[in-house]
Amino acid sequence: MKASEPGQPSRWKPWELALFAALAASWFALPTHALLANEVAILALFALSLDLILGYAGIVSLGHAAFFGAGAYAAALFAKHVMPEPLVGLAVATLVAALLGLLSSALILRGSDLTRLMVTLGVASILYELANRLDHWTGGADGLQGVVMGPLLGIDFDLQGRVAAAYSLCALLLALWLCRRLVHSPFGVSLQALRDNRLRASAIGLPVNRLLVAVYTLGAALAGMAGALLAQTTGFASLDVLDFHRSADVLLVLVIGGTGYLWGGVVGAIGFKLMQDLLSSWTPQYWTFWIGLFLVVLVLVGRDRLFRPWVWLR
Amino acid sequence: MLKTTNLSKRFGGLEAIDDVSLTVERGARHALIGPNGAGKTTLVNLLTGVLDPTAGTVHLDGHDITRLAPHQRVQRGLVRTFQINQLFATLTPLAALSIAAARALGRSARWWRPLDRDREVAAECERLLAQFKLGDVKHRRTAELPYGKRRLLEIALAIACKPRVLLLDEPAAGVPAGERHEIFDSLARLPPDVSVLLIEHDMDLVFNFASCVTVLVDGAVYADGGVRAIAADERVKAVYLGQGAAHA
Repeated sequence: MKASEPGQPSRWKPWELALFAALAASWFALPTHALLANEVAILALFALSLDLILGYAGIVSLGHAAFFGAGAYAAALFAKHVMPEPLVGLAVATLVAALLGLLSSALILRGSDLTRLMVTLGVASILYELANRLDHWTGGADGLQGVVMGPLLGIDFDLQGRVAAAYSLCALLLALWLCRRLVHSPFGVSLQALRDNRLRASAIGLPVNRLLVAVYTLGAALAGMAGALLAQTTGFASLDVLDFHRSADVLLVLVIGGTGYLWGGVVGAIGFKLMQDLLSSWTPQYWTFWIGLFLVVLVLVGRDRLFRPWVWLR
Repeated sequence: MLKTTNLSKRFGGLEAIDDVSLTVERGARHALIGPNGAGKTTLVNLLTGVLDPTAGTVHLDGHDITRLAPHQRVQRGLVRTFQINQLFATLTPLAALSIAAARALGRSARWWRPLDRDREVAAECERLLAQFKLGDVKHRRTAELPYGKRRLLEIALAIACKPRVLLLDEPAAGVPAGERHEIFDSLARLPPDVSVLLIEHDMDLVFNFASCVTVLVDGAVYADGGVRAIAADERVKAVYLGQGAAHA
């Protein structure tokens, strides 16, 4: 095994290994917080999928919930009408979201960042309305009820959510590992080159459009996986999974955690959920005020400076 | 060998490139000179596919590449540098050269094995970093590099693409006189079978480097020939070079 040279980015740094291990250990260490852990894992996976397209490829999206929601409804409908096996349903839902991503990727290839913001917002809104109208299938505003999942590898989903938390955490860890290999591969570095300078990327021979389609499809697939996990672990899918606030929240998670280093989704999801939990138990009516205040301070001061208070006095 | 035939580009009422037929022979050291606004960069944009011509064709080694996308032309060996640095701000020189080298080896689509573990790519990058004196900054983010190093990286990136025809758009632009020799040296060490088309305003560089010259004025070819003939040409002196000391 070669010794790690300075600047060999593909080797896992100690803090990355520590964070990865902490995530895995959290299931054992926090048995009473399984439901929260489940939510955090799903949100982190969703944020990871957005970090891939935003932090690594530079595609701004205000409608990433389209794929999250598509995965959720696909998984719920699959469990209800085809078979309640969770892993097969997860695979199917991921594929459905990937297909949706592939089709809509044509819309994000041209135009500026502003165009992409509007187009992604539009796609998510269209899906929201479709889900609303097709209420015979989706349950409309009431949501899709009666989704009963079968056992996961022989273990039934329990009411405390421990099986659910393990399920979501495993999916998150697997996705993190896969994405980490991806971003340090030639494909991943091509994406970063594309993000930094699209003109030069094509001037060194990189097929820009093909790269964008590939990463957008992958981002959609992972978002769909997160949505499917939500539907399967809660036994429910409603219009809320396609709502704008989902797209906005996941963007907030990345603002808090940072983009472009792969762990921003995890850090941000933990931070966001913890803040939400603490603040809403402390001040149930005004917790959004405090979150908003925190975000304003974060953006004004800058994430690096905020978490290193000793530099404030310089 | 790069050849254009009756290449034209019209922007509304403006004929930016007017019926340009130009040949860059294999292994040539060919300079393209002319006053500002003559259309030199527009011509390079047409050659590389960034702009579509209104008329005419571009041939590379006998193949018609007029309809090909920019990245496809690069894959066939037509590579350019930019007058204003176009670099990857958050990547290190090592990473940037690695991805260019990987693309030249056809490996840029690999998604599993890490790029920094590819030995062939790493060896190629070490060679380029040494050649362009970027070894001491190879792990620094491009955004933090001084201008002279960035200019060298700009050219190194193009060389990493293994060009057969290289279009250099004012490589010494903005580089202080004392550092220009590094640019000159790296140009002199280009492989002899690579065809080079050099756009430059620095006449010392042109007359030291080029063997043939094309003069572009108002989008059309004004004069074309060997470097000594052009240097002595009275019409060229009148429109561009000036009547000052001889550059022979």
